[in-house]
Amino acid sequence: MRGEAPTTVEAPFDDVTAGVVNAVREVEELSGRAILDESNLIVRPARDGTSGVDLYLSTSSAGGGLQMTVAGVVKAMSAESAERAALGAGAIIIDVIAVDDGRKEYEKVRRIRELRPDMILVSGGTDGGTVKHLVEVAEMLIAADPKPRLGIGMSLPVIYAGNKDARSAVSDILDGKVDLRIVDNLRPTLEAENLGPAREAIHELFLQHVMQQAPGYGKLSSWTDAGIMSTPNAVGKIIQIIAEQLGINVLAVDIGGATTDVFSVFGGTFNRTVSANLGLSYSICNVLTEAGVGNIQRWVPFDTKEADLRNSLRNKMIRPTTIPHTLEDLRIEQAVAREALRLAFEHHKTLARTLKGVQQVRSIGDLLTQEATGQTLVKMMELDMIVGSGGVLSHAPRGAESAHMMLDAYQPEGVTMLAKDSIFMMPQLGVLSTVHPQAAAQVFDRDCLIKFGHVIAPAGVARAGDFVCSLTMDGEERTFKFGTLTLIPLGLTETKEVTIRPGRGFDVGAGRGKHVTTTVEGGTVGLIVDARGRPMRLPADKTQRLAKLQEWYAALGLQAAED
Amino acid sequence: MGTAYTPGLKVSRRTLVRKTRRLPLKGQVMVSEGQQVDPDTVVARTEIPGIMQTVRTAEILGLEPAELQPALRVQVGDRVQRDHVLAETRSFFGLFRSECRAPVGGTVEMISEHSGHIGIRVPATPIEVTAYIKGRVAEIIPDEGVVVETQAALVQGIFGVGGERTGIIHMLVSSPEEPLTEDMITPDLAGRVVVGGSNVSGAALVKAAEIGTASVVVGAIIDRDLIDFLGYDIGVAITGQEDINTSLIITEGFGSIPMADRTFRLLSSLEGQQASINGATQIRAGVIRPEVIVPTTEVAADEIGQDLGQLLEIGSHIRAIREPYFGILGTVAALPPEPALIPSGSTVRVLEADLADGRRVVIPRANVEIIEE
Repeated sequence: MRGEAPTTVEAPFDDVTAGVVNAVREVEELSGRAILDESNLIVRPARDGTSGVDLYLSTSSAGGGLQMTVAGVVKAMSAESAERAALGAGAIIIDVIAVDDGRKEYEKVRRIRELRPDMILVSGGTDGGTVKHLVEVAEMLIAADPKPRLGIGMSLPVIYAGNKDARSAVSDILDGKVDLRIVDNLRPTLEAENLGPAREAIHELFLQHVMQQAPGYGKLSSWTDAGIMSTPNAVGKIIQIIAEQLGINVLAVDIGGATTDVFSVFGGTFNRTVSANLGLSYSICNVLTEAGVGNIQRWVPFDTKEADLRNSLRNKMIRPTTIPHTLEDLRIEQAVAREALRLAFEHHKTLARTLKGVQQVRSIGDLLTQEATGQTLVKMMELDMIVGSGGVLSHAPRGAESAHMMLDAYQPEGVTMLAKDSIFMMPQLGVLSTVHPQAAAQVFDRDCLIKFGHVIAPAGVARAGDFVCSLTMDGEERTFKFGTLTLIPLGLTETKEVTIRPGRGFDVGAGRGKHVTTTVEGGTVGLIVDARGRPMRLPADKTQRLAKLQEWYAALGLQAAED
Repeated sequence: MGTAYTPGLKVSRRTLVRKTRRLPLKGQVMVSEGQQVDPDTVVARTEIPGIMQTVRTAEILGLEPAELQPALRVQVGDRVQRDHVLAETRSFFGLFRSECRAPVGGTVEMISEHSGHIGIRVPATPIEVTAYIKGRVAEIIPDEGVVVETQAALVQGIFGVGGERTGIIHMLVSSPEEPLTEDMITPDLAGRVVVGGSNVSGAALVKAAEIGTASVVVGAIIDRDLIDFLGYDIGVAITGQEDINTSLIITEGFGSIPMADRTFRLLSSLEGQQASINGATQIRAGVIRPEVIVPTTEVAADEIGQDLGQLLEIGSHIRAIREPYFGILGTVAALPPEPALIPSGSTVRVLEADLADGRRVVIPRANVEIIEE
């Protein structure tokens, strides 16, 4: 059951709980179960078969999210680790300050002051390492004398998660001037990150400071059985649980009106990034600015004039709640979505990487094979599942449209499952996972996730019409030519054992030209064979490009535009 | 399910306008409750503490941080002028002298034994908040600011750039369809709030800024003209801080769209009166729309507090705000309770509308706004 109601965080209500009660009322109506008592309080625990609930949990994205500045000593090391810690805790990073970031000290002081973050995370120095630089960072904070964004007259929360030997020096400078919390070093050695304690501190301060500023949160907190969790923090939790329980690498995205969040777990390492200004309504023109109008136009399967496209995106920006009425309008919005997804993913790849600065012992033989430090952890060939959520993916009129957008934006390689979050249930499951991880994982699999089906995408390039791979399924062999997209019917929960034999120069996971035998699963769309090559390139000529786009739409059973 | 709420911009001949005027930091409120204020009356004042400049004193003198103490010539709390000696060392029987001088004037706030740095806090900058509108102080927010209220005509735009301005309203066109062109901008419009119809050309906007027009209010602007005017692209609709001397308010959207008749008529009737305007727009949670406010002393009891609202009913006058009917006016003919399939393939809540051109069409409810007749 899902009940929804508009937020009541703003005037004239100024109380979030009114909206919560409205949404719960809707659940009551849909389920026929009495959940609220006569004073509109949630009845807990469940009293009998027809009233109350056992558990009430809540997530929130109110107050514009958690806006943080992070500071470190070395930009590519401690400052980057601090960035990962804050992002993983659900924050939006408004600035990264490092001693070596190339800006003059007064410029950094001015930035800290102007941006007015909700809190600041200070890191730097391995345990036993530099003290002097941390003292400088602390002095910089005092110089700026920053005020928190919310709560006039309140002290700014600052979390110190740097060299433990510098704690007393940093405390001497900051104590009494900010609300200082000290936690374990998030980069105790060059070789290791310890992000947990800093993330916990961020979460706690989020509840104490940011949430308390939002009207009605004190009351809401008293209703919940576990702390209110920020929405992205909760999504991150469920993604980690799923990756761990299924032993897979997962990429998840939540594309909203203002921001796009990307989550990944590769080899057990969790990362989250948020692209604060990539979204499909409030931020739609920022996608236009960052991607460039040509990159959006290239995905539109019919001829569009640049000026019309620009004005129509501007009009969406100023009237963000409107929806595409015509199929053409929908195709334009989906073209923007491809670019927003792609740009947010590029951003994610730059931060989800191995630790920089790690010393490696190299032999002569290693020189050719060993990877440098700071390489991205995101390896498309090793990715098992992509989960899309957010209006444009979750509510696309046809599942194949969501799958198509994810294919174009992410260009998965090898064999990858594409899926969507049915009704944006991941945040709720994330907070549930802190109480009942098993129940959260089961609901995720059965109710939350809607699988579109596996996609087989050989990596490599060739000329149009060249052989890319063959697929043997049910004893029958099919071949696929370069530049084509093919949909093979395979329903939900249906599985098949297949053998994929890639052509020379193509790789489906076992190396170039090497075959792979695996089990593929269908879904609401089916099994897709994407033989468009990796990296995928669209024809430069407009007529050829439009013909190709229309061919691919048709291959997935979709109409490119109205007749 | 027979009714629905839909967003609409306020265009009202007479309404109660309340403006919260708040300092960014705690400070002093300069007016009292009930006091009459003008747009330029200072209602609250504070000082933003100056930035602390760090002087790497030990490093400059070639000392270890721990060795700094004997060299110091100042202590925490001292006021210093620029070039004041902060610390000095002498060596070789006093023949060689090294000094570290203050690069700025201010107060010594910090002397760090860990880093050997001296921090000088430069003087605070006073900031003031004005009333912005002519009206009455309705409420004092202790140490932070006030709420000013007035009876006024109010026009909310859909998007704007530039901050608060005041000026006399001056109509430059005679119909809402007429665009505002360069030749209409004359030097006598300096300090005025000028109103055009369907569009303002890029050249007209540049000229308006050159002669110092307070504000341009118009139906629409072509996206490119706005970018050229600002010198950069706007990615997110959070505006108001642009470094421009003419604020722009568009009432309908981007492109060339006649100003809504009602808005045009209201602005025409206010010609010659002083308006407070603000281009600041924030299209996010806590939405802020640009506005034209013209305080009035006339009170017509039957009109006060009139807010034809946001309730979508059969007979409501609406305007489509998305293609394929963008900008077209009509009235609601039916509000089917069940979601319906639209050409994009989505199933959404819709309404049936009789358009001004005689057609009856189905439009998603999300794609209309209520207009007051």
